[in-house]
Amino acid sequence: MKLAGFFLSVAGFFLTVAALVLLPSLGERFAFVICGILVECGGLGMVTRSHVEAARRMQSREGRETLR
Amino acid sequence: MTGGSGATLSETAYGLAFGLLLLTPLAIAGVALMNTGLGRSRSAAQSLLGSLLIVAVAVLVFCVFGSSFAGFGSHAGASLMIAGKAWDWVGHEPILLGGAGLQDPTTLRAPLMVLLQVLSVGLAAIIPWGSGADRWRTPAACIATVATAGVLFPLVAHWVTGAGWLAQLGANFGLGVGFLDAGSGASVQVLGGLTALCVVWIAGPRRGKFPKSGVSTAIPGHHVIFVLLGCLLALAGWLAWNAASALIFLSAPLSTVAGTALNTLLSASAAVLATFFITRARFGKPDASLCANGWLAGLVVSSAAGALVSPGAAIFIGCVAGVITPVLVEVLELGLSLDDPSGGVAVHGVVGIWGLLAVGLFGRLPAGVGRAGQVLAQTIGISALIGLVFPLTYLLFWLLDKRVAFRVDRDGERLGMDLHELGGGAYPEFVVHRDEFQR
Repeated sequence: MKLAGFFLSVAGFFLTVAALVLLPSLGERFAFVICGILVECGGLGMVTRSHVEAARRMQSREGRETLR
Repeated sequence: MTGGSGATLSETAYGLAFGLLLLTPLAIAGVALMNTGLGRSRSAAQSLLGSLLIVAVAVLVFCVFGSSFAGFGSHAGASLMIAGKAWDWVGHEPILLGGAGLQDPTTLRAPLMVLLQVLSVGLAAIIPWGSGADRWRTPAACIATVATAGVLFPLVAHWVTGAGWLAQLGANFGLGVGFLDAGSGASVQVLGGLTALCVVWIAGPRRGKFPKSGVSTAIPGHHVIFVLLGCLLALAGWLAWNAASALIFLSAPLSTVAGTALNTLLSASAAVLATFFITRARFGKPDASLCANGWLAGLVVSSAAGALVSPGAAIFIGCVAGVITPVLVEVLELGLSLDDPSGGVAVHGVVGIWGLLAVGLFGRLPAGVGRAGQVLAQTIGISALIGLVFPLTYLLFWLLDKRVAFRVDRDGERLGMDLHELGGGAYPEFVVHRDEFQR
């Protein structure tokens, strides 16, 4: 999930660059750049979720070690 | 209006800018002191010594080869031709500051630009150090600093100044005057915040921070006096930093320097008051550590915007920074299990992004330049930082972690970084107490 999240972030950036190069009007560019940032945020969200789960697993392992 | 413009610098402006630059290390000292105070007492000496080492590594690495990727503002770097436009992605100057023109008696701007960049990379490098407090090993931090000072900072610094592709968005695509970043808001603050996030994720939370059941454990900073004194030192450094940046990057007239310093102070004041009232309303009493974070957030937001907005806008921008900082610190810790002792991700990363956006929304623009285009230029810069710089930073740090483990071992964390790495504590006369934070 982490890897997919990073790929999604990079894809969002390329969407932004594509909007800049391909679209002529300011309004269209704005809309696509915002979409690009939303895609980046989606990717960041996936990476975050993956790390939250990892942090919980780590604490759970710690709890078991303490009990032993 | 972007850095490294061909405008000449008068000898008076040179003298003033050089004098201001001599004060900017106070910003580094302030952040280092805050990082130390917000960590545990058992890691205090390691924290301050680590700050010195990180700054030393950053300065050397940047001067040896980082500067060749960063360029010096006025020189064009390596470009890609896309859609008939030149996209200048990276500088290619000789190593060891060979292209800086330091020995050229006719150039007044270049030496100042180099000095400012060297100080900037030092500040950018110590921001993640506070976020990795109490578990990030010093050797690993120094190696990560090589990546920051040798690759990441130079890339961003090149993009946002002179011929860089972000700075040229205005000339190439008609977006305002191009990406504006008066005081290294992108290359220092946001980059520092993003590297801090990578470190927090890769090193993981401190042991006992997020217990298996219940909410996260509060691990308060060990020395709130250090933290608050660090705020005052940072103020002095930031006032000088923003004023010097305006002179060097923006070629601002001498008459505007006092206004830039005033905006810096206004942002910080509005931010700390906003945080004071927010924390008082939230917890019943104001929280000193969060207020310090709010103060720093006001300074951070002024990095990008201080030289470009009106005093009223500076107050508003600072106020927003002061409101979002305590909320973000809480959300990141409780909602996203992010153990960030210094709050670097919220204070430098998110607030830094707000500062960059605020330049587009409230910045003074030359006549005939559209506001919407400027906001779009700023948004594209933010997109590049989140979508390109952040994954690259994580990749580099992840690879480095495989070679040199970022996180200290279990015994080291239990003993404290001072005893583990230095063999002695910062406060040898204090009675060592048991770890009351462990459940």
